[in-house]
Amino acid sequence: MLRILTMLSALVALATVARADDQVTHFTLDNGMEVVVIEDHRAPVVVHMVWYRAGSADEKPGVSGVAHFLEHLLFKGTDTLAPGEFSRTVARNGGNDNAFTSFDYTAYYQRVAADRLELMMKMESDRMVNLRLDEGDIATERAVIIEERNMRTENSPSALFREQKRAAQYLNHRYGVPVIGWRHEMEGLDLKAALDYYKQYYAPNNAILVVAGDVQPDDVRALAEKYYGALPANPDLGARTRPSEPRQMAERRMVFRDARVAQPYVSRSYIAPERDSGAQEKAAALTMLAELLGGGTTSYLAEKLQFETQTAVYTAAFYDGLSLDDSTFSLIAVPADGVSLQQAEDAMDAAVKQFIADGIDPQDLDRIKMQLRAAQIYARDDVERLANRYGQALTQGLTVADVQAWPDILQAVTADDILSAAQEVLDRDKAVTGWLMSKEQEMTQ
Amino acid sequence: MTRVLAVLAALLLALPARAGVEIKEVTSPGGITAWLVEEHSIPFVALELRFRGGGSLDAPGKRGATNLMVGLLEEGAGDLDARGFARASEELAASFRYNVHDDAVTVSAKFLTENRDQAVALLRESLVNPRFDEDAINRVRAQVLSSIRSDERDPQAIAGRRFDALVYGDHPYGSPLDGTLESVGALTRDDIVAAHQGALARDRLYVSVVGDITAEDLGALLDTLVGDLPETGAPMPAEVTPRFEGGMTIVDFDTPQSVVMFGQPGIAFEDPDYFAAYLLNVILGGGGFESRLMQEVREKRGLTYGVYSYLVDKDQADIWMGSVASANDRVAQAIEVIRAEWARARDQGVTAEELDLAKTYLTGAYPLRFDGNGPIANIMVGMQMSGMPIDYIETRNDRVNAVTLDDVNRVARALLDPGKLSFVVVGRPQGLSN
Repeated sequence: MLRILTMLSALVALATVARADDQVTHFTLDNGMEVVVIEDHRAPVVVHMVWYRAGSADEKPGVSGVAHFLEHLLFKGTDTLAPGEFSRTVARNGGNDNAFTSFDYTAYYQRVAADRLELMMKMESDRMVNLRLDEGDIATERAVIIEERNMRTENSPSALFREQKRAAQYLNHRYGVPVIGWRHEMEGLDLKAALDYYKQYYAPNNAILVVAGDVQPDDVRALAEKYYGALPANPDLGARTRPSEPRQMAERRMVFRDARVAQPYVSRSYIAPERDSGAQEKAAALTMLAELLGGGTTSYLAEKLQFETQTAVYTAAFYDGLSLDDSTFSLIAVPADGVSLQQAEDAMDAAVKQFIADGIDPQDLDRIKMQLRAAQIYARDDVERLANRYGQALTQGLTVADVQAWPDILQAVTADDILSAAQEVLDRDKAVTGWLMSKEQEMTQ
Repeated sequence: MTRVLAVLAALLLALPARAGVEIKEVTSPGGITAWLVEEHSIPFVALELRFRGGGSLDAPGKRGATNLMVGLLEEGAGDLDARGFARASEELAASFRYNVHDDAVTVSAKFLTENRDQAVALLRESLVNPRFDEDAINRVRAQVLSSIRSDERDPQAIAGRRFDALVYGDHPYGSPLDGTLESVGALTRDDIVAAHQGALARDRLYVSVVGDITAEDLGALLDTLVGDLPETGAPMPAEVTPRFEGGMTIVDFDTPQSVVMFGQPGIAFEDPDYFAAYLLNVILGGGGFESRLMQEVREKRGLTYGVYSYLVDKDQADIWMGSVASANDRVAQAIEVIRAEWARARDQGVTAEELDLAKTYLTGAYPLRFDGNGPIANIMVGMQMSGMPIDYIETRNDRVNAVTLDDVNRVARALLDPGKLSFVVVGRPQGLSN
């Protein structure tokens, strides 16, 4: 019964990076653009992606949503391509294309027959530097992103709740501002804001090319040099520094009420360290902790809140170590009928405390490690996912070597590592606790 | 421009449309048939099972029984209780997913070569010997009830429910397969057992397998896995003629963006005009950014993030439907544009250039789908469910290319029916009335 998971969660589950070293080639062009090639010759397909080390957390204050807005605007014209012609050309070649924006990156991709790779590079390198926008593009596309916000956020109390919680989590860092943007700032996004962001961040020395599929690394290198290698680096790119969080000195709590909430729940998110280049051990321990504590039917929270007692209909823990700056470790409990949010939260806290006191069952740890080993085999069936893995890592402060070391680091995690990570991170004074409930629900049910 | 297109089309047709997919039909000693693609480069197998019927097999008054039953397959089987079963599958690093749709129960499995026999034995227990323990029934029932309550306040779910109720009436398609709070609350263990016997039978089973396994090993595997399921199950539901009366149904719900579903009668896959209709749909609203609806509603006017149309080919009904979402004060305009595009496509048809683009897109994209064991297994089982021949993959692009402009425009005139195009709007839309 996993349906409830899709209902509640936009969070990322266990990160499983495949050991695919033998499929991967990595090099850097003279202008600083990194290239990762992942070979899979089973089908005549290629995924061509360009990742920028620029996301919503790299925006200036006051123009939230501009990174994502610009992502939309990149499908408008360039000096040589009419508006819409990019996607039309991809479609005409039997391909699909799209793009996505997150806190730490913006990425563009096409999935197309392998013999069309050159055309994709030609067009993608063109729009890295030759974008042409006018006021008409701006007005229409701004309306589109506002409808996107309506769909993703305004129409969903759960999404609004997560947005508010994140804002409370990060007082100073831009992770507290939604990727899609605050609505009142989105309404004011203009051509200048979009072009400022474009000129600052869209350059080969701030980009990573990932090509995955039925390709030879030497061929990719030759094409990459021809199209991307010809572009000048941006000498004014500067270091990627962001405001950091002050010391959290008190527990943060919120109650979010919305008439559209049918199923209340409690969610807690602790600030947690992310995977750092050359130092991924703590993140590995937290990854295992999330699995042990709330990774499904066999997890500790499920045992205590769903099986030994019927306190919750659903529980989970989430941690994603892929993040440039401090990440979060989250717990969630959806109370059973007749159980109050306070009771659910108390039971969750009691279970976490007991988990640390009980220590870790070696069999549980072995089971997770077995799954992680297998995940490396399964991952070879999906190069697009592998391509995403490398793109995310390389835009979030990691290297190819870090990605390839990660499976072994996960296997080396010990019970003690996990417990000490739990003790360090699971501190309510470094967390935000939120209750999502309907307007009419009583606080003490 | 046309010449360039023709050259590209020729290039695309030269692509290996089979994408290396060689399908074998395997029949087990016990008489179970499966389609197999051997792919030994990665040491695992992807397996797909489909049992035709699905949620629509619910007995009268037992709405939600099949859904609850499917949710319980992984919650205890044979000697293992729910957590024991989960631990066992985790120890094998096998992945079993069970799902239910209007017309099928689906089982998607992945397991490693190194412990294949154990994984298959475990999966078998969940299909053949599920326990349906009372505590598991109550636990999963509580999850289903929670999900039903959430759907009752979710604009997307509300729109889908109202649309289905209007179009399909009393037929099972007309109500959510999750059931209602009342019907699910009243289900007993006997109801679950009956739903299991009705839905998981060999007379409605389709199997596809891709990965590191030989035909001979697969034969033995099939008999182990499903040989002990009952031979026959519950009768299939009746056909239903969808009702489209045109007009607008507004469901008041306090939310900023109205969610819209619309539809009209569709066309069966078996119909000789299906491919013409399919291409027409790509041009009208199915082809991503290039479709007319996307261009007119999103790209030119910024009225939505997404607008789509699609042919829905259910076992017992065929409809042509679509969806859009737009702010309450703009949704009326979005609907006006959609209606106008529907009428324009019927009255004026599509252009040769649009048809060429749709064809090159479809024929070029087709081989790209066959890029992993999981996706190929999924496609193959879908082909069997739709009654396609085993060589369909080789012929599919020819079928697309055989469609002429006259075909498409004839089908547009005959099939598109703005008078029947019916809308359900959930929200607080301005300028619209029932």
